[in-house]
Amino acid sequence: MKQTFAIGIGGAAGQGVATPGDIFAKIFSRRGLHLNAYNAYQSIIRGGHTLLTIRTGTEKVTNMGDRIDLLIPLNQDTMDRHLQLLTAGAACIYNADTIKPGPAADGVQLCPLPVSELADITRNKVAQNTLAIGAGLHMLGIGFQALEDVLREQFKKKGEAVVAENVEVARAGYDYAAAHFTDFPNPVPKTENRYAILSGNIAMAMGGAAAGVKFYCAYPMSPSTGVLHWMAAHARKAGIMVRQVEDEIGVINMAIGAAHAGVRAMCATSGGGFALMSEGLGMSAMIETPVVVINCQRAGPSTGVPTKTEQGDLWQMLGAAFGDYPRVIAAPQDIGDCFKLIPEIFNLADRFQCPGLVLCDLLLSEGRLSVHPKDLDFSPPIDRGELITKTNGASSADAANEGYKRYKITDSGISPRAVPGVLGHIHTVATDEHMEDGVLISDEFTNPVKRRAMMEKRMRKVAGIEAAVPPPALLGPRDADVTLIGWGSTKGVIEEACEILNEQGISANQLPIRWLVPLHGEDIIEILRDSRLTVIVENNYSGQFARYLRSETSFVPNGHIRKYDGEPFMPHHIVEAAKEQLAGNTKLSVPMHEIMV
Amino acid sequence: MATSVQRATQLTIAELKGKVDPDWCPGCGDFGVLAALQKALVELKIPTHNVVTISGIGCSSNLPGYVNTYGMHTLHGRALAVATGLKLANHELTVLVTGGDGDGFGIGGNHFIHSMRRNVDLLYIVMDNQIYGLTTGQTSPTSRVGMKTKSMPFGNIEAPVNPISLALAAGATFVARGYSGEQKHLTELIKQGIEHPGFSFLDVFSPCVTYNHDNTYQWYRPRVKKLEDDSAYDPADWTAAMEKSLLWGDEIFIGKFFERTDVPTLHGAEPVLNEGPLVHRDPRVPPDVARSFIEELM
Repeated sequence: MKQTFAIGIGGAAGQGVATPGDIFAKIFSRRGLHLNAYNAYQSIIRGGHTLLTIRTGTEKVTNMGDRIDLLIPLNQDTMDRHLQLLTAGAACIYNADTIKPGPAADGVQLCPLPVSELADITRNKVAQNTLAIGAGLHMLGIGFQALEDVLREQFKKKGEAVVAENVEVARAGYDYAAAHFTDFPNPVPKTENRYAILSGNIAMAMGGAAAGVKFYCAYPMSPSTGVLHWMAAHARKAGIMVRQVEDEIGVINMAIGAAHAGVRAMCATSGGGFALMSEGLGMSAMIETPVVVINCQRAGPSTGVPTKTEQGDLWQMLGAAFGDYPRVIAAPQDIGDCFKLIPEIFNLADRFQCPGLVLCDLLLSEGRLSVHPKDLDFSPPIDRGELITKTNGASSADAANEGYKRYKITDSGISPRAVPGVLGHIHTVATDEHMEDGVLISDEFTNPVKRRAMMEKRMRKVAGIEAAVPPPALLGPRDADVTLIGWGSTKGVIEEACEILNEQGISANQLPIRWLVPLHGEDIIEILRDSRLTVIVENNYSGQFARYLRSETSFVPNGHIRKYDGEPFMPHHIVEAAKEQLAGNTKLSVPMHEIMV
Repeated sequence: MATSVQRATQLTIAELKGKVDPDWCPGCGDFGVLAALQKALVELKIPTHNVVTISGIGCSSNLPGYVNTYGMHTLHGRALAVATGLKLANHELTVLVTGGDGDGFGIGGNHFIHSMRRNVDLLYIVMDNQIYGLTTGQTSPTSRVGMKTKSMPFGNIEAPVNPISLALAAGATFVARGYSGEQKHLTELIKQGIEHPGFSFLDVFSPCVTYNHDNTYQWYRPRVKKLEDDSAYDPADWTAAMEKSLLWGDEIFIGKFFERTDVPTLHGAEPVLNEGPLVHRDPRVPPDVARSFIEELM
């Protein structure tokens, strides 16, 4: 089993949970360690309960894991919620002045800090946090210098006095732990590697910049707002026009307008905003102007649970906009993939002149992961497809205007796209059905023959899209007792569940789905033909992917593992459910999330 | 909306004719708006390939198909949002937005307000007939109280939108009203609106001869009075413009209510566009900039 170490820091919003989290993350990443961070929080600016889990190790850490090794509760509430979940070998560092521990399991080390003795709490309101970081660091076997360096950076702007005070407080915690607490048996290792630490939202925004996005617009909506924030902060350096729009209807239409002028345009939202964009997607498909839309799913329906994760928007995505039209839909599989997917989907959207939809979720959008810098490639292939941005040979507008047909009927269904401003290619695009030259066949006269020809022209692009996207592939042993099928963000946690099952003598493999449209249903059937027990794992109530796979292929799996409590899967949820299903006890497992966050 | 586009050496009405003839009802006010728009473009000599005419949905929104410029016939109410994106991606283009009162003040009302406060550099012409035509005669946001329609057969009980006052309040930097029956005057307003640097709003009385039997040519003719005939009227005076915009009765004013040119346009205010239109830029982020983005995360 992978050697990892997880720290849980909890408190009320506004108590400064983020800062210790950032400090630990920096220290781990500078030791060349991988990390995965997940913040469980609520839609509140002050108060509530927040639990940040940072899990680190020398190998890639794909999920939050099953256990907390070090708990740092910043208030009584956090202590009450989480101490009981700690198991032997774990420790809990807390402010002995204000927090009382409850019953703890055998082998859990309680580490009370006499905060008012160690620091001047009248001057330093977050002294307990800094002391705890210092103490924790000693217990992890990390030298004090690493912490001093990070604190120096953290408080640099506030002046030398603040830096010195924080270093002194941290030192007091460090020394107190040396004298009073037992260190963890295995010191946190160190490697020569260096990783970037980023959220899925930052990854998608940077992926957009790498893809050549020149126009980004959005309306703020959790959990997608991080994309807007990165774009806005880096717009001038990257040469991107970033706009905050009045609503998501305006967002999609503005993005399509920019795309129509010839630039790559992107926008991100969550389920509610995506619902408002639906009609716009149909326009993108009908006028054949490509646009990329990201939907960072949160727990629905309606306003739902704005700060919690879910994979509940698949059918909204599949059913978005009325009528039949070609499009691509992909679900990134981890935070690194959030970056990589954006240039890929832009190339498809541009080539096939259709909407490109990214189905992300809060787990990836707001989680953080260590990614190797070489996996953040700012020179990916850029394929704009059949785009006419310059006049070729036409000498005067009226002479050349005769020949160009924006919606020319072709074998591929793709018609060369001229952008406004190009001499000799004047045309009007229309959301009404139209002829090859763009003239409407909806109002003054209709024409079944031409309507059919245009539908078939557009839908012929589907075959090209299918050929351009690879089918999914099985991960793990070809032959296994159980095959777990997941899509998008569950890839990492299923991977770890498979490892645990294999260690326990149950062979398990995974079929992770990244491309939802095109699905490659026949390939999936072929892959699953020999599987002994197939179980679909997804973060929603009704088994949206299971229903989709069935509708496309008639495939019915042996069982389902679903979770719709707002929290992501932990490896043991899947392991236990898989065993339950292998034993024939149930066909539907809904694991209970034990952590109250 | 003023742009630095080159002027064509010559341009004729014939060159501005679209691929098909309008399918509006005989006598529709929109014919007059189309004619005035074509005349204005001819007089300004803007090369047709540098003009984009963008509309929503409705009778009047069919206009882009009838004029030989680049065109976009978009969604109901969304033309201004599309136009904003297009203008920001290529600010060298001359952008014209056309549509009706339902399209602009009803379903598109939110975009209307926000486009004005943003001072997007375009001319927005609303062919205002105070009725829904293409859906065969329902009450519109500008229908007068008491007007009987298929959707309000016992008479409208809701107060109408005052487009001129609304535009003034929302911060439009050029606000005018025309009348389809006053061709020369309308052509002049369209020219001024195109030349104005910023958001130009032009509400045009464009009678619906089929469904609106209240606001007919006969009704308008004695009422419309040109602001330009009053030499004391100063379009730089916002308060005076607001006062005039509220008048509705035996005298209804047409003409330029308000103009100011001291407000930066949206594209002019954004330094990202200093190096020219986005559409002409290299899509790649420079390697040193890309490196700095990654280093921030390490």
